[in-house]
Amino acid sequence: MDVLQQLISGLMLGSLYALLAVAFTLVIGVLNFLNFSIPGIFMMGGMISWGLMSQTNMVWWLAMAIALAACVVASLLVERFTYRFMKMRFGDATEHATPLVSSLGFLILFQGLVLIKWGPEMQYFPSPWQDPNLRIGELVIGLPQLASLILALVLVGGLSLLLARTGLGRAIRAIAESPDTAAMLGIRVNRIVPAVFIISGLLAGLAGVLFSLNYLQASPRMGDEIATLAISAMVLGGLGSVWGAVIGGLFLGLVQVMVIQFFGAEFLRAILWGLLLVIIVVRPQGVFGGSKISKGKF
Amino acid sequence: MSGYLSGVLVAYLLNLIIAYAVFLPGAGGILNLGVAGFVAIGAYASAWLSNEMEWPLAVTILLSMGVSALIGLAISFPILRTRGVYMVLATIAFGEVVVGLLINVEAIGGAAGYPVFEFIDLPVIALCTLAVVLFVVWLMSTRFGLALRAIHDDEPVAALFGVSVRGVRVAAFTIGAAIAGLGGALYGHHYAYVDVIYFTTLVSIYTLLYVLIGGVQTPWGPIVGAAVFSLLPELFRGATEWRYVFFAAVIILIMAVRPEGIITRALLLRLKRRGTIAAPTKEAAQ
Repeated sequence: MDVLQQLISGLMLGSLYALLAVAFTLVIGVLNFLNFSIPGIFMMGGMISWGLMSQTNMVWWLAMAIALAACVVASLLVERFTYRFMKMRFGDATEHATPLVSSLGFLILFQGLVLIKWGPEMQYFPSPWQDPNLRIGELVIGLPQLASLILALVLVGGLSLLLARTGLGRAIRAIAESPDTAAMLGIRVNRIVPAVFIISGLLAGLAGVLFSLNYLQASPRMGDEIATLAISAMVLGGLGSVWGAVIGGLFLGLVQVMVIQFFGAEFLRAILWGLLLVIIVVRPQGVFGGSKISKGKF
Repeated sequence: MSGYLSGVLVAYLLNLIIAYAVFLPGAGGILNLGVAGFVAIGAYASAWLSNEMEWPLAVTILLSMGVSALIGLAISFPILRTRGVYMVLATIAFGEVVVGLLINVEAIGGAAGYPVFEFIDLPVIALCTLAVVLFVVWLMSTRFGLALRAIHDDEPVAALFGVSVRGVRVAAFTIGAAIAGLGGALYGHHYAYVDVIYFTTLVSIYTLLYVLIGGVQTPWGPIVGAAVFSLLPELFRGATEWRYVFFAAVIILIMAVRPEGIITRALLLRLKRRGTIAAPTKEAAQ
């Protein structure tokens, strides 16, 4: 029973990593751009909804909606000043390391602004539920955790349908193949690329909100630790593969719970990153298979 | 010199040394986001050698540079097999693994940190920094430096012209690791204490950021970049909270306006030309 309980918490934790990993992998898959501002957007999702709820007594769903809107705006801002800017100047935004560097700038900017507004302390995140736990026999399942697992699967399922079936999805895949050819074939690259950032910002923000709900806390640094796990999940699944990121995220959630159970938390980082280093060097296409993206660019 | 001024200066000089550790591979197009790992190796190696072995400082510092360089050499082959995003992730992973391992070694204090007894002050650090700057400037003026720049600008063409791309990149990465080791050793001995929380990926990120702000085209870039990072925030001391926001805005702005960094070859050439044109007119006026 104890192991089953651990498995369940591992999967729930993993679903958060999966959401964030999909946010990363989408931008890399389509644009070849490692967007380091995503942990900042994740953090904004949690902190802004906390700020609105605790300081203006806003209803939780409205606060979260506003926070998600702010995340989307932030993500579009990043698009405007990294990808599109470089595209306009050089014709190819991914030839330079510049978008990556600017996105790091945005990460520091977002964290700095939240620090100024609310300070560095970890905040208590009010729960909208009375008893957020579901009990089946001896198993305890957190409702927010269950919600995030289901939401993650539904959202990613919807996303892969969108990519596979709709016109927008086709356009996004065409841009992933070759932005220049896509533009030649009449796809408005400057209209489609923001859509990728909107989806990615929304997923990151949502992951932040769900994280805060699960752990009932929010802090300006909450994105740092989880981002490393999300990036690991993405590498594990293969860069640019949406379902790879989901499986990688769930797997890492399980690994984390098990490593903590059997080795202790202090070995987690070394084991995780060691594993990651080996995968990147030995099997850069990820454990699950062959995505054809990332031609050695940034 | 006042304590405040020398404190700021030491921070700047140490940042500058670590900047050159990132600059050298950067000049060859390698983004090293794991430099904090090498700094940590240098700091802990030197601290341990001087605490436990009680060897003279010069020896321990040189040895810690050697240790860092050896690990850099060993890790450079697998890391340099990767490209682009993968290389960024691989270097981050390296830095994290180093810190994750060091924190579990009880002989050097583990998570509690490790006190260092031998003290190094500003003059020695300044001399070491000067040596690093001169060395890198000299190195970039040699054939090796030319090859490094060629690889940065166009790798296939550099290979076509007979440059051993892998050899040059491995050498740049290894020398960079040695310089980072030096920075770490000086850091530990100056602040008398090493702790893994000083060597996080965030440190690597900041270092790479200010190196790129300065520009990797010429060896003068890091001097400007490290100054932007270490000295400008001191001017804004009244608004400490705003310093990171300010720094971030500067990064985004500079990357938008001057994506090759502040100091570029074209800029230096322009300044030189202006100098040579200005000089004769001055003589003519006399």
